[in-house]
Amino acid sequence: MPLDTTFAALADPTRLAILGRLAMGEATVNELAAPFAISQPAISRHIKVLEEAGLILRRTDGTHRPCRLAPQALDPLDDWLRHLRDDMERNYQRLDLLLAATPPGKEKP
Amino acid sequence: MTLQTQHPTPTTLIVTRHFAAPPARVWAAHMEPALIQQWLLGPDGWTMPVCENDPRPGGKIRYEWREPATGHGFSMTGTYELVDAPHRSIHIEQMHLPDPTPENRVETRFDADGTGTLLTMTMTVADAATMEAMISSGMTDGMETSYKRLESLGFATA
Repeated sequence: MPLDTTFAALADPTRLAILGRLAMGEATVNELAAPFAISQPAISRHIKVLEEAGLILRRTDGTHRPCRLAPQALDPLDDWLRHLRDDMERNYQRLDLLLAATPPGKEKP
Repeated sequence: MTLQTQHPTPTTLIVTRHFAAPPARVWAAHMEPALIQQWLLGPDGWTMPVCENDPRPGGKIRYEWREPATGHGFSMTGTYELVDAPHRSIHIEQMHLPDPTPENRVETRFDADGTGTLLTMTMTVADAATMEAMISSGMTDGMETSYKRLESLGFATA
């Protein structure tokens, strides 16, 4: 799943809250809609965005379609953050060496 | 001592790290071109042939990086908004690949932390789509190169 799709799906506080609720376990659309002062069709639209982004999965249980977090839902984001951390940490380790090597007082204030 | 990241909103990234030197020295290493060029390099082997930094309000930033093996490179330009030496700076930056990426607002704090410094860098973009553009283009460019190099050497990257 491209990172831009993931971020677009996350770029909404209602969708972030839905993911937060699902982190605690499976929920139906009614259960997900309960905390929000917006219509159920609007919640369904948010759920559709999350489903199309591969962030949530749905199963069929009679007339209900409970939602749950997809197992690798936020992996691309985690991967990117890890790469960014690694890249920056490489730079900062060089800075550690520079700070340890340069005698204090040799730099301009 | 390794850095920590927080991604509290889709448009904000916070990086924190401790350094074993007082704020004035960590500030200088971030502001003086001769020092910046020794560490702000990205993957091993990259060079920084251009490093211009004018730390005052309205002052300009220009960094250019190059990978000698391939000639591949990119640059960053920016402008300072606030400079409060050696405690805090705010600047706006963008990458050029060569096309310019969206702007990224960066606030950097250098706070005394025992005998050392706690660096806190907060990066903010206008919206989530901008964050995606920033990370999928410029910021990951050098990272992908080093990531592939690690893979080719047989190191696990997971």
